[in-house]
Amino acid sequence: MSDIIIHSIITLGAMGGAAAIILFLVATKFNVVEDPRIDLVEEELPAANCGGCGLPGCRAFAEALVKADDISGLKCPVSSSEAMTKISVILGKEIPEPEPLVAVVRCAGTPVSRPRKNIYDGAPRCSVASALYSGESDCPHGCLGLGDCVEVCRFDAIYMNPETGLPEVIDELCTACNACVTECPRSIIELRKKNKKDRKIYVACINEEKGGVARKSCKVACIGCGKCLKACKFDAITLENNLAYIDPVKCKLCRKCAPECPTDAILEINFPVRKEKAEAQAQD
Amino acid sequence: MIKTFPNGGVHPAEDKFAAGSPIKVLPAPETVIIPVSQHIGAPAEPVVAKGDKVKTGQLIAKSKGFVSANIHSSVTGTVKKIDRETDSSGYKRTSIVINTEEDQWNEGIDTSKALNRNIAAGADEIVRKTLDAGIVGLGGATFPSHIKLSVPKGKKAEILIINGVECEPCLTSDHRLMLEKGEELMVGIQLMMKALNVRRAIIGIEKNKPDALEYLGKLSSDYEGITVNALKVKYPQGGEKQLIKALINREVPSGGLPLDVGAVVHNVGTAFAVYEAVQKNKPLIERVVTVTGKELSKPSNFMVRIGTPVKALIDAAGGLPESTGKIVNGGPMMGKALNSLEVPVTKGTSGILLIPAAEAARKPVVNCMRCAKCISVCPMGLEPHLLMPATEFGKWDLAEEEKILDCMECGSCSYICPSGRPLLDYIRLGKSTVSKIIRSRKQ
Repeated sequence: MSDIIIHSIITLGAMGGAAAIILFLVATKFNVVEDPRIDLVEEELPAANCGGCGLPGCRAFAEALVKADDISGLKCPVSSSEAMTKISVILGKEIPEPEPLVAVVRCAGTPVSRPRKNIYDGAPRCSVASALYSGESDCPHGCLGLGDCVEVCRFDAIYMNPETGLPEVIDELCTACNACVTECPRSIIELRKKNKKDRKIYVACINEEKGGVARKSCKVACIGCGKCLKACKFDAITLENNLAYIDPVKCKLCRKCAPECPTDAILEINFPVRKEKAEAQAQD
Repeated sequence: MIKTFPNGGVHPAEDKFAAGSPIKVLPAPETVIIPVSQHIGAPAEPVVAKGDKVKTGQLIAKSKGFVSANIHSSVTGTVKKIDRETDSSGYKRTSIVINTEEDQWNEGIDTSKALNRNIAAGADEIVRKTLDAGIVGLGGATFPSHIKLSVPKGKKAEILIINGVECEPCLTSDHRLMLEKGEELMVGIQLMMKALNVRRAIIGIEKNKPDALEYLGKLSSDYEGITVNALKVKYPQGGEKQLIKALINREVPSGGLPLDVGAVVHNVGTAFAVYEAVQKNKPLIERVVTVTGKELSKPSNFMVRIGTPVKALIDAAGGLPESTGKIVNGGPMMGKALNSLEVPVTKGTSGILLIPAAEAARKPVVNCMRCAKCISVCPMGLEPHLLMPATEFGKWDLAEEEKILDCMECGSCSYICPSGRPLLDYIRLGKSTVSKIIRSRKQ
């Protein structure tokens, strides 16, 4: 009886020992030297794997950070600045303060300003509808309102406003990962510089048709009249293909342009109410 | 013998209301809107300017590149503007707008109705005249025909197949053309045979057109090498690959062309256009369009100048019925809904279908119940129930593996789906995305 036990212990022990030696040899032979900093950096990253950095996931971004000599070109739109400071400590490399960006929807065509002319009852996806035809309203450039951007957002930062039928960005949640920008088949969404108190001033239209045509298709379309151009003192506004564009870097948020716009295509968001308007409201 | 393709297919209601009404020539409208891109491939380049006087049949936009087609003026008049005009998809595309004056045909065009059976042109000349005349596949695909008439080196065409199937419900334009222009059609087919250097041509016609079968069958005995074959009534019998399989029992390989199995397929409308281009020097400036609908008072077939607004056609067919819910450019299976009546008829417009509001709405979409009906009706042997979610959730590699690019968008899957799922909508998106991915991979 005891023989069996002893034999078993010896054979199993020998087998285990042999296996351990083989494993040890294999491990040394095929050992992959990996920079331990990659793991450390990866831990600091948000692990959202959103692809906003342009690389396939956070691990790839961590590897790129460790490998690169100059990391100023590598940006994670999601990470907080504290996390990036920690990473710069781990790597011993300087990381420049990234300029915060936020997604902006450049269409203000509500059902009132561009009435629905037909009913789309196909697959409820902007990409499908856009490939098929110009949309329910007369504007072939405007938002289709089927919410591909909402679907693609990993941070729940966009929702559809049922009243306007347009997507709205929650600035606090938006990480400027660029996913919605690439997803939108009409290229309506743009990443713009984030300003103090989330203030924004931009042309909420991408219609490049001639003024009359644009106006006919939507009441709040940019008609390319150029009035805002003249009002701007900082050369921040350009006019190309019948469409004005406010450069978010040059813009000083002076608000001179918006009241000039005859179609109210320039939106001012999160600004205090203008004096004249406040007075008018008080009178009402 | 009644032939057909073996896999899949559906049997939608035929509803060929306009089958009995002869082709009426619709007078040229006051203004025509002629888009410079009415074909697959590069848009043509305008060669006229605002204010120019143009004659009927005059070249107004020249083909640019190999896959492209010439565009001719369909009326005599003055070029009002060259601008971006709304096309059938609702998007604005470069178009030439012409104000019509009294018809005056361009020099060299034979406008007489006399049949010209005498084939003088050589193969090269036939191809050149097809190219000059701006002829594209009139079955709806609008692929430039001169490419399909010139066989590339190393390949050999053995048989020409003429598509007179018209399997799409409601449409009758090809049917009427076969009945009324049979002789011209035969000469056109002979011209195509000469260009391709083939000895044999088969005209495939669905059995639901017995008059056309009989008439063309009788005519074909006078023309060597041309035979007429009856086909079973089944959608999509007129699909290129289905037609080849049915008529000569050859299978076009996945991703291949009919020429890989020695066949070339042309529509009857194209054959007629080739006849006019070669024998009469007449470019493609008009086509037969069916205007039909259940509630329409006079379903008709019109010979329409390219660029005529759809509204003019509907007015000529008795006016828009009150109950109309959807206006479709094409047939009920493959056509796309229009969102304006001002859009012009183009080379690819085979019909205008008015669907009453009560029938226009789609079924509510519910979950897939894995009944596999879409698989059994798919004429290409694909699995639409798999391709739709692959597209929906961006699994492009799976979509490619499952041969999404073999789909010819016949719509049988969406038609049969008891859950009302928008299968084809997604597959169309998947096709364009996958082909984009493949193209970027090649670069």
